[in-house]
Amino acid sequence: MSDIKYILGSFGDPDEMMHGIEKLQENNISIYDVYTPMPIHGIEAKLGIKRSRIDIAAFCFGITGTCCAFALIYFCAVIDWRVNIGGKPSFALPDFIPIMFELTVLFCAFGMVLTYYASTHLFPGRAPRVMDLRATDDRFVIAVDAKDNAAHTVIDGLLKEAGALEIKYNERKYISYE
Amino acid sequence: MSGHNESILREPLITGDNITYAKITDDILMPVENKPNKAWWIGFIVSALGALLWVVAVSYTFWNGIGAWGLNKTVGWAWDITGFVWWVGIGHAGTLISAVLLLFRQNWRNSINRSAEAMTIFAVICAATYVVSHMGRPWLAYWVLPLPNQFGSLWVNFNSPLVWDMFAISTYFSVSLLFWYTGLLPDIATIRDRAVGTRRKIYSIFSFGWSGSVKTWQRFEAVSLILAGISTPLVLSVHTIVSMDFATSVIPGWHTTIFPPYFVAGAIFSGFAMVLTLLLVARKVLGLENYITMFHIESMNKIIILTGSIVGVAYLTEFFIAWYSGSEYEQYAFINRSTGPYWWSYWMMMTCNVISPQLLWFKKIRLSIKATWILSIVVNVGMWFERFVIIVTSLHRDYIPSSWAMFYPTWVDISVFVGSIGLFFTLFLLFLRVLPSIAIAEVKLLLKTASEQAKMKQIKEGHENKEYVAEYIESLEKFDSVKQEDYAKI
Repeated sequence: MSDIKYILGSFGDPDEMMHGIEKLQENNISIYDVYTPMPIHGIEAKLGIKRSRIDIAAFCFGITGTCCAFALIYFCAVIDWRVNIGGKPSFALPDFIPIMFELTVLFCAFGMVLTYYASTHLFPGRAPRVMDLRATDDRFVIAVDAKDNAAHTVIDGLLKEAGALEIKYNERKYISYE
Repeated sequence: MSGHNESILREPLITGDNITYAKITDDILMPVENKPNKAWWIGFIVSALGALLWVVAVSYTFWNGIGAWGLNKTVGWAWDITGFVWWVGIGHAGTLISAVLLLFRQNWRNSINRSAEAMTIFAVICAATYVVSHMGRPWLAYWVLPLPNQFGSLWVNFNSPLVWDMFAISTYFSVSLLFWYTGLLPDIATIRDRAVGTRRKIYSIFSFGWSGSVKTWQRFEAVSLILAGISTPLVLSVHTIVSMDFATSVIPGWHTTIFPPYFVAGAIFSGFAMVLTLLLVARKVLGLENYITMFHIESMNKIIILTGSIVGVAYLTEFFIAWYSGSEYEQYAFINRSTGPYWWSYWMMMTCNVISPQLLWFKKIRLSIKATWILSIVVNVGMWFERFVIIVTSLHRDYIPSSWAMFYPTWVDISVFVGSIGLFFTLFLLFLRVLPSIAIAEVKLLLKTASEQAKMKQIKEGHENKEYVAEYIESLEKFDSVKQEDYAKI
């Protein structure tokens, strides 16, 4: 038994999986992570995951874009080389707005998505860290750290009771490296 | 997500019984995981030949310059900018479906957003090639960027809508690509975990190591929502700026303040028509009737009636304002449009965009796949003529009658346009083979609440209002993928 690293409860239904999380938590068994093929609403509250702060990052990136666009246009059209267009003012703010808006969106989108990739460790070629291959297909998987939670049979029982279709013991943390 | 049931009054978004999470994956990945059939090959070969024609025609233009096109000194913009605006407009439906409908919580978008976004990207590629090739010296295309140079530095003219357009189109393309690809990650991971060997390795690289853990999903949803929030004004701004290419000029017929909303409505109109053209065929060939249902088709048709009518009102308003302005040049531009030498293109536009979409008010036509498909093509023909009318008829009779001219396309003009359609379909057909054409994870979200079987269960439990149930069953009559006899018993 000592080789087991993770105990996986594989559920066929998201509601049963949520039930499984409750059961484990009632028995003070800590959950390592949950892998699902689709987003499950309300799960982050159960697992005590804080609200994402990515919106703050998005705002900061966006406002950076606005400022960069304004600075660029102001430098080019007002400071560095004023073009006399029928004697009209060089500092024509309304004309600057379309590009300021576009660069706001561009910086916001790229900044936010790259932050997201960085914070969740997503990048091209990263070895997928998958515990159960069906967790991206039709199974909702609860992973419990076997070393931290000694009573394996209790965990099995709780997961089965909640409706787990399958209980797996992973001797390696991730099975997707081979 | 599934703590409560959805109202029985809402039509189901997934039909069929015995739909499970596994079946959704199997059904959607069928074209990706199997060898293509004959229909695909025929379509692909025809489109690839078109794409080849495009390569030839664009190369010919690059080599010989835009003298290869039928332009003259009066008509300096014709099929090129017509094609550009047409393709950008088509692209807009993808963003509208993925972003605007997400903000409005329209769940029916979940099964059409992926292919519509793919369509956006391919359409913008087609549009962008027009921009580059109409420059005449495409190897100097980087001159539109504000780069330091040895002429001063002489910067680009930031007061010019053409420079705004460069920023708008490139932002639009890259943000759409980002939105689309981020949404694809979980689905690529699904393919990866089902594949073996080299296939797994390839999909593994492109899946960015997606695992589907709680935090990844939580942030994924936050990112999607914010991207939708910024893409919504983006898509409106892009076509607004495209329309400003005309509206900020002083050419009678172009110099109108109605252009931005009128162009945006037209873009959505033609984009939805193109989505229907593609999806009605894809649905049948790929056997996706349970996911892209008659409800989806009807909803898109309703958007087409709405935006088509907005476009119609815009045409009439333009005419009225031309008369009301009291400016004889403005008045002449519009009289010339409808009765001058290009009267046929004006009336083609009026018929295809304003009159024929009104047929969709009839339920029978709206729910007929054949009629919808034909109308969707008619709409896009009409939208092409709209741009042609705006561009060419406003230019061809300019300030001095001695310089009045007509525009006649050369074989290169025609080949670039026909070829760009080939390029578009080639890319779309390749997309169907290598990536899931429906967002798998998003459709799975609907299974427990908005599917026919979930609603069937609700009815069988017997707590629903009888009148509502009757109304619901009546609404199922239009579905071609629902077995009516199952409901006869209830």
